Amino acid sequence: MSEDNVSQATRTQAGAGPTAWGSERTDRSPMHGLWALTNRELQKWYKVPVLLFMSLIQPVIWLGLFGKAMNFGQIFSGSLSSITTVLKTLDPQITSQQIAAISSQLPSVQSIFGTSDYFSFLAVGMLSFVTLFTAMFSGMSIVWDRRFGFLDKVLSTPVSRGSIVMGKVFSSVLRSLAQAAIVLVIAVPLGMDVGHMTIMGIAGAFVALALMTLGFSALFLMLALRSTDWQSQMAIMNLLNLPLLFGSNALFPSSFMPSWLQDFVKINPISYATDAGRQLLLGSTGFASLQFDFLYLSAFAVAFSLIGIVMSWRLLTK
Amino acid sequence: MMPQNGSSIEVRDLTKVFNGKLRAVDGITFDVKEREIFGFLGPNGAGKTTTINMLTTLLRPTSGSAVVCGYDLHSHPNDVRASVGIVPQEYTSDEDMTGIGNIVFCGDLYGVPRSVSKERALELLDLVGLSDAANRKVQTYSGGMRRRLEVACGLINHPRLLFLDEPTLGLDVQTRTAVWQYIKKLKEDYGMTLFMTTHYLEEADGVCDRIAIIDHGKIVKIGTPVELKASLGGDIIELGVKESTEDLTPLIQQVANVREVKRMNSDYRIKTALGEEAAPVIIDMIRSKGYHVTRIMVTKPTMDQVYLEYTGRSIRDVEADRAEMMKQRMTVRRARA
Repeated sequence: MSEDNVSQATRTQAGAGPTAWGSERTDRSPMHGLWALTNRELQKWYKVPVLLFMSLIQPVIWLGLFGKAMNFGQIFSGSLSSITTVLKTLDPQITSQQIAAISSQLPSVQSIFGTSDYFSFLAVGMLSFVTLFTAMFSGMSIVWDRRFGFLDKVLSTPVSRGSIVMGKVFSSVLRSLAQAAIVLVIAVPLGMDVGHMTIMGIAGAFVALALMTLGFSALFLMLALRSTDWQSQMAIMNLLNLPLLFGSNALFPSSFMPSWLQDFVKINPISYATDAGRQLLLGSTGFASLQFDFLYLSAFAVAFSLIGIVMSWRLLTK
Repeated sequence: MMPQNGSSIEVRDLTKVFNGKLRAVDGITFDVKEREIFGFLGPNGAGKTTTINMLTTLLRPTSGSAVVCGYDLHSHPNDVRASVGIVPQEYTSDEDMTGIGNIVFCGDLYGVPRSVSKERALELLDLVGLSDAANRKVQTYSGGMRRRLEVACGLINHPRLLFLDEPTLGLDVQTRTAVWQYIKKLKEDYGMTLFMTTHYLEEADGVCDRIAIIDHGKIVKIGTPVELKASLGGDIIELGVKESTEDLTPLIQQVANVREVKRMNSDYRIKTALGEEAAPVIIDMIRSKGYHVTRIMVTKPTMDQVYLEYTGRSIRDVEADRAEMMKQRMTVRRARA
């Protein structure tokens, strides 16, 4: 019997070939592979500049159409001069002090938009717009990965399930920040007010955007965790994108809105990212304090990332 | 050290029920020994891929247990993942990355340090004969090259056990032969255990040490190819006898090793072990009775016959399904392009 064991052992060793496999040390920390997964997603994007360019067309068109064509600042100052004409026609005796007194009762562009022109107001909103849209697409990539079997391949490795989700979330955050930066750079020559901009202010605004995208990317990824069908994913995106955008202060100040919509604006994270951006970039008086903006956004980002990680443990394996 | 003569996989009563009613895998029990090539044969929908997915932690079993590479599937899924390699049925490599990029990426997921994985990737590309295409994007690869790249990716963590799901599906004969050579090499040179599913019966016959035939989620037969073929009752002798009115069945049954005789008019179909030896004896016996043997044929059972016997289906039916599957795959490929 012992002889048999010896011969077995010899055979195994002789057969084990050039390398003794299965004995190497590997990195088993929970974070391993996270960067590889993030980088894979980013490569798909920065190696195809056409995609980057196309994703910028929409926000730039919005900037042009809304910001320039529907210039609310013009409408407001225009209405002010027509009020003067009307008042003068009604009462030729009216003094310019009286006109000023009446005018001051009317809402000014500054008081409503927090800045002297609508274009700057909207430009900050567009930063939120472009990050929101990028975040929405984070769910699509996991649907494709599942369809092509790539997700199964990743799931069969010891990489942590949370990293699979967070790799996509982080790549989405980095991507949307890069796009927001480009939108900002385009908005300045188009006439965005740069009088209040500081390096710290810009950095702060991007932190706010990062927190917002983190939360939204995690949310949209969660919705896609079990999905194998990109059409339903598209439907979800279309269902949510415009209500989220219009139900925030990104395009219009919430004071324009009916009270039920104002309530929604108050819970919409886009409002707080945009608000923080306006305070930091344009020096606007905010609709919430800057501290509250960041507190709300941090809570949103942390909560949805955690839920995303926990759901990935449960839902990625069937 | 791994146990010398232990089992690489121990499956006990493993069951997977989908949506509460579809029993894809229905209480299977088997062992795969160390350094063995174990083949899983069965028609589409028999539960082959479901079994692989459970053993590689992609699916949670509904009930039952399995120990893979010494780790329990339920309690240590991550240790199982770290110790096995997988070559999936689909082409899962990232088309936008290069061949070597894909392998190193897999290495990252297994936590293999970059310094090690880069060197190892080159060795693996050499092993599967893709060194020349290492820096080309996978988009430009042919089907055979993609399959070989999948094999290389599955080996980046130097697993003791490799799962291959239909490793030769849709490949031409030449590439298929090459893939089987790598598979044999992995066992012989690296001492690996291989668990695979396949449709190609004659190849499974030549490559696998042991084969399990699975149908409707149950293992219907398990054994070495020789055992499986022997289980059919051995060789078959067909012979024709001229002008015989007498039933020769009792006579033939007296011959050693003959198990079963069927008479169809003047033809006889005889099941026997050691057909080559039994045939001359039978001929002599018939001649001694004054009859004349007009023709004789000895056939050895093939895996095809084994498959037919245990699944009730010919491999042709499976081929038809495969055509359907290939169509689907083409659609997916077009979607990707």
